[in-house]
Amino acid sequence: MRAVITVIGKDMVGILARVSSVCAENNVNVVEVTQSILQDLFAMIMLVEISKCKIPLPELSEELTKTGKELNLSVHVMHEDIFNSMHRI
Amino acid sequence: MINSRDILETIQMIDNENLDVRTITMGISLLDCIDPDANRACEKIYDKICRYAGNLVRTGEDISREYGIPIIHKRISVTPIAMIAAACPDKNPVRFAKALDRAAKTTGVNFIGGYSALVHKGFGPGDYALIESIPQALSETEYVCSSVNIGSTKAGINMDAVEKMGRVVLETAKATAERDCVGAAKLVVFCNAPEDNPFMAGAFHGPGEPDCVINVGVSGPGVVRAALAKAGDCKMDEVANIIKKTAFKVTRMGQLVAQEASRRLCVPFGIIDLSLAPTPAIGDSVAHILEEMGLESCGAHGTTAALALLNDAVKKGGVMASSHVGGLSGAFIPVTEDSGMIDAARCGSLSITKLEAMTAVCSVGLDMIAVPGDTPSEIISAIIADEAAIGMVNSKTTAVRLIPAIGKKAGEELNFGGLLGGGPVMEVNRYSPLKMILRGGRIPAPIQSLKN
Repeated sequence: MRAVITVIGKDMVGILARVSSVCAENNVNVVEVTQSILQDLFAMIMLVEISKCKIPLPELSEELTKTGKELNLSVHVMHEDIFNSMHRI
Repeated sequence: MINSRDILETIQMIDNENLDVRTITMGISLLDCIDPDANRACEKIYDKICRYAGNLVRTGEDISREYGIPIIHKRISVTPIAMIAAACPDKNPVRFAKALDRAAKTTGVNFIGGYSALVHKGFGPGDYALIESIPQALSETEYVCSSVNIGSTKAGINMDAVEKMGRVVLETAKATAERDCVGAAKLVVFCNAPEDNPFMAGAFHGPGEPDCVINVGVSGPGVVRAALAKAGDCKMDEVANIIKKTAFKVTRMGQLVAQEASRRLCVPFGIIDLSLAPTPAIGDSVAHILEEMGLESCGAHGTTAALALLNDAVKKGGVMASSHVGGLSGAFIPVTEDSGMIDAARCGSLSITKLEAMTAVCSVGLDMIAVPGDTPSEIISAIIADEAAIGMVNSKTTAVRLIPAIGKKAGEELNFGGLLGGGPVMEVNRYSPLKMILRGGRIPAPIQSLKN
């Protein structure tokens, strides 16, 4: 089972480190990362493997959202299936 | 990996354009709760609903958190209570409404629909009593919604029921006058009522439905408007295309949620209702989509054409995205629940006559319209008859949900708060239809009904 973590906000030092350390603490493997700058906004998209995650997905989502708030970033954790169903036939 | 533009588009839809799954509605048959002892029947109803829907709200919240998609409502629809109450005709059916209300409270849903009667061809023993009890039932309960089907393409229009419902709507408003007449906002009069509609206040679980079923209503007027705004100037063909593509994406999300809810609750999946359901929130308005197409204000000449395109494109886009489509499926135009409609009604651009024309091409009918409190019941009946005629002849669902604003005149405002919104009281045509309404009887089914 895979999930997509998106982080949107102002670029700064350590965003990737903070988010991936939360993943590591919970045994979530980062499969792929893409980063882009939209206008002056930083957008990072991580595809993560959550099958062996220590905590349920909603809790992981809450933890990452909390981390995001501390850094003034908007963080979303969503099941991969949402994107597959919305954007693929 | 999934295209990052697609991912960001979805996030944008959720964060800024009010994309959501509007409702997961569990339909529950109460036919096995029929009992000649009314109190026993109420116990069975309460027990069955709590047993089946005990996990509905939690499951909805779990799915919402795991998938990152807002799911706004978790609701229940049940077999029309008139069928259950028919077994105990000498008892006041309000006790059934109270049992439903208790079950709604216990399960945590925010509405329960099905205090209903189907009388399009005539009244059965339970129907009279139920219809007469609607004002009391809606004033003494919090979560119960009521609907009455008074006509169909196959059966024609039951004008005795039309006459009766004019009075019932008015009495319901009076019974809840101290709460901005909110009772009338929970009462829908239908022609061609669908049996699998997940949207309130008109949801009920039809007699042809299975024991239990999950129906899902999607939404997303804000997403459609934003997509049109991005497209800028283009021909109407392209407008239709953009709406289709957007409706497809929104519906696929609904289909995923519906399948997941069905799997987790071990209840069969029924249908997706492909609807654009507005809310009073800014950016969640159907009127604003019509205005984005190039109308100065909703209600201007051209509104019916714009709405016809919108309604058709939503269905075309959605139908391919879902395995089963049903319910009302189309654009809703509830005046008090749509910030653009409220503005249009306030500035005088939108009138009841224009709304009536719009209902000929969109999914429901005259919905959430506040009328002056001194409107005679025969005028309300006549509005119901007109709307039912549109539905009957065009083989489509039409409905009337009027709120007589007791003690208020045209131009004053009602305010329900929350999702039901609020808005200005709109004037009606005061010339009397009394003589026609008092004729009673039935309007015969139209020639379109003879398809066999």
